[in-house]
Amino acid sequence: MPKLKVDGVEIEVPAGATVLQACELAGKEIPRFCYHERLSIAGNCRMCLVEVKPGPPKPQASCALPASEGQEIRTDSEMVKKAREGVMEFLLINHPLDCPICDQGGECDLQDQSVAYGRGASRYHEEKRAVTQKTMGPLIKTVMTRCIHCTRCVRFSEEVAGVDEIGALYRGEGMQIATYLEQAAKHELSANVIDLCPVGALTSRPYAFEARPWELKKTIGIDVSDAIGANIRLDSRGREVLRILPRVNDDVNEEWLADRARYLVDGLTRRRLDTPWLRVDGKLQAATWAEALAAVGKVHPGSSVAVIAGDMVDCETMFAAKKLANALGSTMLEGRQTGLAYDTSNLAAVAFNSTLAGIESADAILIYGSHVRDEAPLLNPRLRKAVKAGAKVWLIGPWWDTTYPATHLGDDASVIDALPEDVASVFANAARPAIIIGGGALAKGGLGAGLGFAARFNLVREGWNGFNVLHFAAARMGGLMLGYAQAGGIGDIVAAAPKLVISLGADEVDWSKFANSLIVHIGHHGDKAAHAADVILPAAAFSEKDGTYVNTEGRVQFSEKAVFAPGEAREDWTILRALADAFGVTVGFDSFDELRAAMIAEVPALGAEGLADYGAIPAIADHAPASGVIGYAVKDRYLTNAIGRASPTLQRCSAELIHGVFQAEAAE
Amino acid sequence: MADRHPEPDSPALRARWGQFAWTGDNAARAQDIIARYPAGRQRSAVMPLLDLAQRQVGAEEQTQGWLPLPVMEFVARELAMPVIRVLEVATFYTMYNLAPIGRFHVQICGTTPCMLRGSDDIMAACKAKGLKKGHTTPDGLFTLTEVECMGNCASAPMVQINDDNYEDLTADSMTHILDELAAGRQPKTGTQAPGRHTVEPLGGPTTLVAMVSENHDYRGEW
Amino acid sequence: MALADKDRIFTNLYGYQPWNLPAARARGDWDNTKALIERGRDTIIQEMKDSGLRGRGGAGFPTGMKWSFMPKESRDGRPSFLVINADESEPGSCKDREILRHDPHKLIEGALVAGFAMGARAAYIYVRGEYIREAETLFAAVAEAYAAGLIGRNACGSGYDFDVFVHRGAGAYICGEETAMIESLEGKKGQPRLKPPFPAGAGLYGCPTTVNNVESIAVAPTILRRGPAWFASFGRDNNKGTKLFQISGHVEKPCVVEEEMSIPFKDLIERHCGGIRGGWDNLLAVIPGGSSVPLVPAAQIMDAPMDFDGLRAVGSGLGTAAVIVMDKSTDIVRAIARLSYFYKHESCGQCTPCREGTGWMWRVMERLRTGDAAIEEIDMLQQVTKQVEGHTICALGDAAAWPIQGLIRHFRPEIERRIHENAALREAAE
Repeated sequence: MPKLKVDGVEIEVPAGATVLQACELAGKEIPRFCYHERLSIAGNCRMCLVEVKPGPPKPQASCALPASEGQEIRTDSEMVKKAREGVMEFLLINHPLDCPICDQGGECDLQDQSVAYGRGASRYHEEKRAVTQKTMGPLIKTVMTRCIHCTRCVRFSEEVAGVDEIGALYRGEGMQIATYLEQAAKHELSANVIDLCPVGALTSRPYAFEARPWELKKTIGIDVSDAIGANIRLDSRGREVLRILPRVNDDVNEEWLADRARYLVDGLTRRRLDTPWLRVDGKLQAATWAEALAAVGKVHPGSSVAVIAGDMVDCETMFAAKKLANALGSTMLEGRQTGLAYDTSNLAAVAFNSTLAGIESADAILIYGSHVRDEAPLLNPRLRKAVKAGAKVWLIGPWWDTTYPATHLGDDASVIDALPEDVASVFANAARPAIIIGGGALAKGGLGAGLGFAARFNLVREGWNGFNVLHFAAARMGGLMLGYAQAGGIGDIVAAAPKLVISLGADEVDWSKFANSLIVHIGHHGDKAAHAADVILPAAAFSEKDGTYVNTEGRVQFSEKAVFAPGEAREDWTILRALADAFGVTVGFDSFDELRAAMIAEVPALGAEGLADYGAIPAIADHAPASGVIGYAVKDRYLTNAIGRASPTLQRCSAELIHGVFQAEAAE
Repeated sequence: MADRHPEPDSPALRARWGQFAWTGDNAARAQDIIARYPAGRQRSAVMPLLDLAQRQVGAEEQTQGWLPLPVMEFVARELAMPVIRVLEVATFYTMYNLAPIGRFHVQICGTTPCMLRGSDDIMAACKAKGLKKGHTTPDGLFTLTEVECMGNCASAPMVQINDDNYEDLTADSMTHILDELAAGRQPKTGTQAPGRHTVEPLGGPTTLVAMVSENHDYRGEW
Repeated sequence: MALADKDRIFTNLYGYQPWNLPAARARGDWDNTKALIERGRDTIIQEMKDSGLRGRGGAGFPTGMKWSFMPKESRDGRPSFLVINADESEPGSCKDREILRHDPHKLIEGALVAGFAMGARAAYIYVRGEYIREAETLFAAVAEAYAAGLIGRNACGSGYDFDVFVHRGAGAYICGEETAMIESLEGKKGQPRLKPPFPAGAGLYGCPTTVNNVESIAVAPTILRRGPAWFASFGRDNNKGTKLFQISGHVEKPCVVEEEMSIPFKDLIERHCGGIRGGWDNLLAVIPGGSSVPLVPAAQIMDAPMDFDGLRAVGSGLGTAAVIVMDKSTDIVRAIARLSYFYKHESCGQCTPCREGTGWMWRVMERLRTGDAAIEEIDMLQQVTKQVEGHTICALGDAAAWPIQGLIRHFRPEIERRIHENAALREAAE
């Protein structure tokens, strides 16, 4: 813990801190462009120069200099002021002064810092540099003349994403950032470089010229495109969410966001169910709420009611639907739409117990039936970090490009019980061994085999729990906590042939199996369930309602309403409450607060933000063997849910980046 | 704007170079080169391999050689490194020719020491022979480039043509060299000053005179 | 008292005799190198320190001390490396070329001795790409040395295993900067690294590394054979030894010559270069240490001792002892503007002040050359050089700034004259 002085004030900083971090701890703002907490230190922008004694009589790059005992650091001296002015002037001489037509305007580090630290006028009268336009694919818009060569994007793609897609070509003042042959950035996290770019060189292509930051209302939310529960910010104007950005949460998404989560935003305004629909003579016809509710009220299902929850619904909706089913005398609830039927009697056995941050410290990892990059893009950088720190990774299931060294053991789920000796010995000797069980393994009886693996290699030990199930649905853990699971999965419900099935945005269900049921779909997009439904009750998307979500770790998080649902659509809980009236039953809540209170009374863990306590994983002596070639659920990483499928941007990503089909585009 | 650009990708480029692979000799050389670096550090070999590849392309085309994109991709595969990193290297170092080049790459040093000794005249002599900076002559023989200090300052001005240096140039000797090369003859390399051996003072060394005629061993005088 | 031929280290400097192993041996190279090694690491380093040898690559850091920074033994299994800087690219410098092509065995023997002294397992000699024939000679000389058992396993029968590899650059001045050289050796762009960590702690492949200039390494065996006192008997205190001087530009007979350190400028030119073209009165200015150091006007350089301290005293530096002489026919502004172009061309582009500043400085210099500027722009340019100097990752920024500062310091009236003349011409035209 070195002690040092910043502008005359003595502070103690953690060992290993840099001078920049020391200055921040002392409450001093240090301007920077290239430095980023989550990337390697480049030290190239020279904006963070400070005066350090002892040291050479020139300013030092504080981002790269270790803080050490007895240093005297000045951030307020004439030398520092001049250095900043000088660097600022250099950065601006070849930077176009096109702020009025630049999308970064208003949230531009260069703009802000030139106001704060610049000289206010340029003395540069030579010709300015112009850089030929570059292409980086459907998500990243480039204006490379604005580039200040901080190389954050290069470092992100190499270090975090793990794909060497972006490079800095040429040299000197001719240096240019580009992808090879101007290919599109194909990585599933590629758009994070937009956030990282401190200037307007890399901006969001779909968002181009949509809005200025000061016009936007900012709402905190939780991403629903997978079970990681990335923390997001929804920027809206009027009734429309215009963009989605990641929020920092070191425990969950650090500060990254998957492309498909960021860009489903234009799907929120397309293919929306904005009025009730009734199936009349086999055809859906628009109806009023009164007509639709009356139509449902006429069904009289008795207790022959089932609720199937989709992947993106919040806990409150599921709880309200559960109360409705209970009031009608039913407990037929299920959320695993595609037929998974693993044992859910112990929730610790189906959670990601290592935690997302914790998995970075694992030293031996078996990925069992999960295409992590497709199913949980934000987990993969964590695994990369583990590998960088020395972890070994093995893969059971069809091979996919991990971006880090990993050994493929086979495609069949049974391989887990026939590990090669050398692999077994690594796990036997590992200090922090871990398994990650994905849907592909769960579908082949892999949960028992995984628990057997956990027992065999002592995955749970003092200070470490290496047993992990990686879900794909944002609603999954919340659903399981609320009892959305039948012993035999959705198959039990099919077998019961209920008179009435309520779909909570359940767009992944094979609805042909419910041909004899009346299907009431409470959802927001005209997707698969809407096509099968007899009654459509238009509901709110995740951005249009408050809600609680539980991620695959069992982390309870709250999301807020950013905008109103379109047209006649209503928040889900109000629909369910109205249905209770239509059926003439009581559900015990008349407001959202009452609903939430009732939910928390029943499942207290849902009331506390943070990790739910699921207890210990079960000790099992032996298990039924897993078998069968593993298949992955995600066929197209961009079109995984109803919102994404409605998004022109994600459709384009799918077409261009997965299928290589390019759409003609009007000139920008 | 960068003044060098890779030759654009095209079906023709792919057709011509897509199948690029080492010749037998060069495959052995490549193995030798890679063996100079510790195991797992084969990426260190990217510069020598790019040079080797450029020379092989040159041998095929009877020019000084250049690096078509498929050839860079080949080198990337040989070293199991991302092709963008190979492109970074190829665009950073000036000796990698990113576009086709003539049979003789005439590289005139224009930096101050050569400038002081008359590199303007040398440039003018080239111009008079139809060479133009940054261009290849229509007959494909000569590509002219002005380069930065080549480290021949005590025998300036100089030009490097392919692998050889020609030093102590005058406009006349430069013209003569170009004529000889165009005629398919190899002119004398090194200094063009009559009576000069290498970088001793013109007219004979002021030191180590004994070395001129015999391999003198000074140890007896220590 | 002139340096005697018997005290010259590079006896085949001009290549009158073959560079090959038999000829080199006949001149005294590889003479019982085993005995040098048997003196032990500490003795070798101490003798190098005692000799007063300062690095010959430009910065002048004491060589023996540099070697002593290397770890005595590897505690974590990492090997150590010696990297020899043969990326001679500083305008004016052309000495290492002569060693490479005419006396390569001195370098290879020096590599073994130095590598042993610092506990390195191998040396990489980084030769600038444009030295094509020179590198061919060096490759062949290394092969000879391997074949003769002088390097490789049990080098010279010393029991020490030591490899020497040659690595060619491909055209980038910046790779002469030691950490850029290491990056380049690792197969990357030659962009200097941030220090710390210093190469002695984490250099090539993250291993302890020392980077030395060709001349520094090549003189080591002779110093050890003749003793540190012999080497230290030349030159003034703090500026010991013999040195390869490279004189280019407007002298009668440009040449490379080994001389005693601290030789006065006038003696150097008179003795070896046949004087200044057009006589001493015709001397305008001298850049005494390669393009990176400020120029010195005639009057100040005349009697200056050609060594580190002597040239610092006249506001310049010894650098690589590349002496660029300019007579009164020189367009001095153009001479410096051309150097500005060089630095713009060679900036790696990594850090802001150099990437943006070198281009700016060159463009203004070009206008000053023709006089197409305002008087105030001279001061502005001076300030811009100050904004670059000391603000960059490596010393290229300083190197780009200093020649311009030297020009403004000593030739401001000439710059102003051009501006006035240009203004008058324009006025007359209107």
